[in-house]
Amino acid sequence: MKLPRYQAARWDEPVIMELGRPGARGQLFPAPEPETGKAEIPAAMQRRDRPELPEITEFEAQRHYLHLSQMTLGMMGVSLFGTCTMKYNSKTAEAATLRPELAEVHPYQHPDTLQGVLEIIHDFDVILRSLSGMDQFVFQAGGGADAAYTMAALARAYWADRGELGERTEMVTSIQAHPCNPATAAAAGFTVVNLPLEENGYPSLDALKAAIGPKTALLMINNPDDMGIYNPEIREWVRLAKEAGALCFYDHANFNGVMSKLSARELGFDACMFMLHKTFGAPKAGGGPAVGAFGCSDALAPYLPAPVVVKQDGKYLLDDDRPKSLGKIREFWGNVPQVVKAYAWARAMGADGIAMASDISVVANNYMDKKLGEIPGLKISNPEIKSQRMEMTRWSLGPLAEETGVGTVDFANRMADFGIDPWWMSHEPWIVAEPFTPEAGELWSKQDIDLWIGVVAQIAREARETPELVKTAPHNQAIAQVDGSVFDDPEAWAMTWRAWQRKRGASGKAASGGV
Amino acid sequence: MTIEQRAHPWMALSAPGALQQMLDEIGVKDVAAVFEQIPADHYRKTPLDLPPALNSEIELKRDLVSKLRKNGDCETNLSFLGAGVWQHHVPAIVDEIVGRTEFATNVWGSYQSDHGRNQAWFEFSSQLGALLNLDVVQLPVYSWGCAIGHAIRMAARLTGRRKVLLPVLADPERLSVIRTYCQPSEMEDHIEVVTIATDPTSGRLSIADLKSKLGPDVAAVYFENPAYLGTIETGAAEIAGLARAAGAETIVGVDPLSLGVMMAPGDYGADIVTGPVQPLGVHMNCGGGVGGFIASRDEARYVHEYNGFLVSIAPTAEPGQIGFGLASSHQNSYGSREHGKDWTGNSTYLWAIAGAVYMSLLGPDGFREIGDLILSRARYAARLIGEVPGVKIVWPDTTFKEFIVNFDDTGKTVDAVNEALRARGIFGGKDISTEGHGLGQAALYCVTEVHSAADIRRLADALKEVCQ
Repeated sequence: MKLPRYQAARWDEPVIMELGRPGARGQLFPAPEPETGKAEIPAAMQRRDRPELPEITEFEAQRHYLHLSQMTLGMMGVSLFGTCTMKYNSKTAEAATLRPELAEVHPYQHPDTLQGVLEIIHDFDVILRSLSGMDQFVFQAGGGADAAYTMAALARAYWADRGELGERTEMVTSIQAHPCNPATAAAAGFTVVNLPLEENGYPSLDALKAAIGPKTALLMINNPDDMGIYNPEIREWVRLAKEAGALCFYDHANFNGVMSKLSARELGFDACMFMLHKTFGAPKAGGGPAVGAFGCSDALAPYLPAPVVVKQDGKYLLDDDRPKSLGKIREFWGNVPQVVKAYAWARAMGADGIAMASDISVVANNYMDKKLGEIPGLKISNPEIKSQRMEMTRWSLGPLAEETGVGTVDFANRMADFGIDPWWMSHEPWIVAEPFTPEAGELWSKQDIDLWIGVVAQIAREARETPELVKTAPHNQAIAQVDGSVFDDPEAWAMTWRAWQRKRGASGKAASGGV
Repeated sequence: MTIEQRAHPWMALSAPGALQQMLDEIGVKDVAAVFEQIPADHYRKTPLDLPPALNSEIELKRDLVSKLRKNGDCETNLSFLGAGVWQHHVPAIVDEIVGRTEFATNVWGSYQSDHGRNQAWFEFSSQLGALLNLDVVQLPVYSWGCAIGHAIRMAARLTGRRKVLLPVLADPERLSVIRTYCQPSEMEDHIEVVTIATDPTSGRLSIADLKSKLGPDVAAVYFENPAYLGTIETGAAEIAGLARAAGAETIVGVDPLSLGVMMAPGDYGADIVTGPVQPLGVHMNCGGGVGGFIASRDEARYVHEYNGFLVSIAPTAEPGQIGFGLASSHQNSYGSREHGKDWTGNSTYLWAIAGAVYMSLLGPDGFREIGDLILSRARYAARLIGEVPGVKIVWPDTTFKEFIVNFDDTGKTVDAVNEALRARGIFGGKDISTEGHGLGQAALYCVTEVHSAADIRRLADALKEVCQ
């Protein structure tokens, strides 16, 4: 196929600290009215120096940041970024959340003045209950990892309430689970048990049996995993974990392929989470604000972080009187605009649309797998599994890398030259050599997916014919390849302009990239 | 599913026949066949019970707007609520930039493909660093409370100690988050939270009580400046000095919008600094606008304890050109799983872009101007409200934008006062009478640059009527 030519905007844009002129302004504030009088900070705490900020006009600020947005690909090409489920982010919903009826609302207003937002939260809770079988959702967690932390903190409250927190000290997960599961459990104070994968792509029941017991506080698991493999023994996993008394948490990071097909509750789980910034079409915004919607059974609901939105006699209330609550995971009750956007997505799709999105995402992924399998040097994970994969698949460039020396990072850099967002490689640890993890989702057309595959095929050819072209990529992007050698060097790294100025003056090494 | 049904505007392959073309290419007979991995008895038995689809934009917009209009908002009403989320002016350009699809995107991106976003992130850290007089600023975490929680855990790792001292007059909301981060006492790595008493004449920390509690087991002293109830901690340098002498870290929480007029925490001995990002160009969003920053000096011992993403300048392959990327990243949980420094994930990075734009619009003169304006108006409000019979301002001359109003002598509860104000289109201060601070029937009022002198007089007049 003919690949389109692409050249990113290159503005040679200075760092904002270099812009402007003394006294220039981008925002004026009214003068205090004469009757207010002048007030001062106590002398001991007054600022005496002038913060070294840029001084620019309003238009200069706007132009600068528009230049930066133009030098951001941000999914304006085709992105099959696996594990993150690329979706259309509705501008209708975005516009609604910018209205003062939401943007200029304070969470401590009287609930009578919050009926609209509480109604949306309540109605969306009901939608998620239907999709999961759980009895109550909260939206306080600031992302998927924060929802995992919510589970770990809830498990603490649950076991403390039963007087067993001293004994239930372990969390069991798989080595392939998202890093947030072991990391949040460890931060919450649990010891982590990571089960290895067998050749069939999931840990064995024997390994699970050996790991769980009276010390197990909770099981945190996703299914399907990032390889696109569904663990057919998951019911038995949950049964065994619950037999040992443990709580079972379904990390629904990979919900897209199974939404409308599975119910976490019917599979036996006590709690689950959804990422509204991926599965439910709210933008992730390059790293948040995000939402980890956390839902659980009635039995665990008393331990949820407060407040919980409830409906009583036709009115919506914030129930803060929850003596067994784990406390707060985060201030207030959630990234409300993101909840509104996710609600909008679910309403716009409806039950049929959600089922269709699941169907499309799995069919499209298998179409992509078939086409990727035709490119020499690429290898699917767990090749002995011949079944159709779920909504994403982990692939390996191992054979091609051995043949050419061109690896998955090189590929990612080169993809950007075609106006294609670099692929997602893999979470740690890398289980296959030179991994990449595409996910087709329901957004893209066949033409988009063909273009994406065409770019991969083209780079695979280049890896054999002109490997240096790939290794030195990108060539058509806003900047050339970043030299990462400074990132772990305390003498050279610079996380602020102040640090950069200081080090550039003091160290010849850091000065190599002078502006 | 019925492939022939009407196409959905958000799914290209919902067009008639489009999915069938793919099924033919794969060589499977129908959609059900691609789900062959799921055992039959795993499929849900309960049918989905969702409200009817609103798949036209017209219907969807009507549903959203009709619901949201049931809210009262702080533009239509006159609001004096603060306490963790504050009503500040958001310049129109901030909304334009953060709404750009390249930034409000789903994708995470890379150094090369998303250079502009990385530069904007670096500019957030750089401008905040200039306000704080500190060289390292991390991309924001979920909230201010979460930032404090991570900072306390950083201090515990740095010192090997497991006790934190913080003011008894703490925001219960943030304190609850902090306690979650400090683990229950049954757990091995529990961090004990001990409160420091208040000097009743000023609302500031009691230095005598601090001295009596500082010892070789204290990992950190945490205080806010301005504090939860608006007071300014004039003894900040002394507190930091006492903490350092005891081998403890000094963690400070600051309102970044105060830093045009208030001393930078880097100048009075703070080791780790936290604060909210919402005042820097983010709408209140019903509490959804929160985010929290963490900053410190540029010393490897601190940098190696951060939990999230630090954006550094880096050279590129082109001489003289700079790019940006994540520094010291292997310590975070993406690289180290349970061995990482706490954990990280999607957070509030869009607010870093909002903050970068906001700070660039103000510059040094703007920060001084807004600081002076807020201070003048807040003190004016305190003065006028204090003239209302039966109403007292607690610690009136030591505050920044928030102050405590006590209604004890009016014989009315805060709840009753606020009900009556609401009937007049005014949202009174946050009721703090149930927070256990022993301040009586008291409310925390917040006055910012959005409140004109006339607004403040309207409040004072309403209070006169209400408190009669």
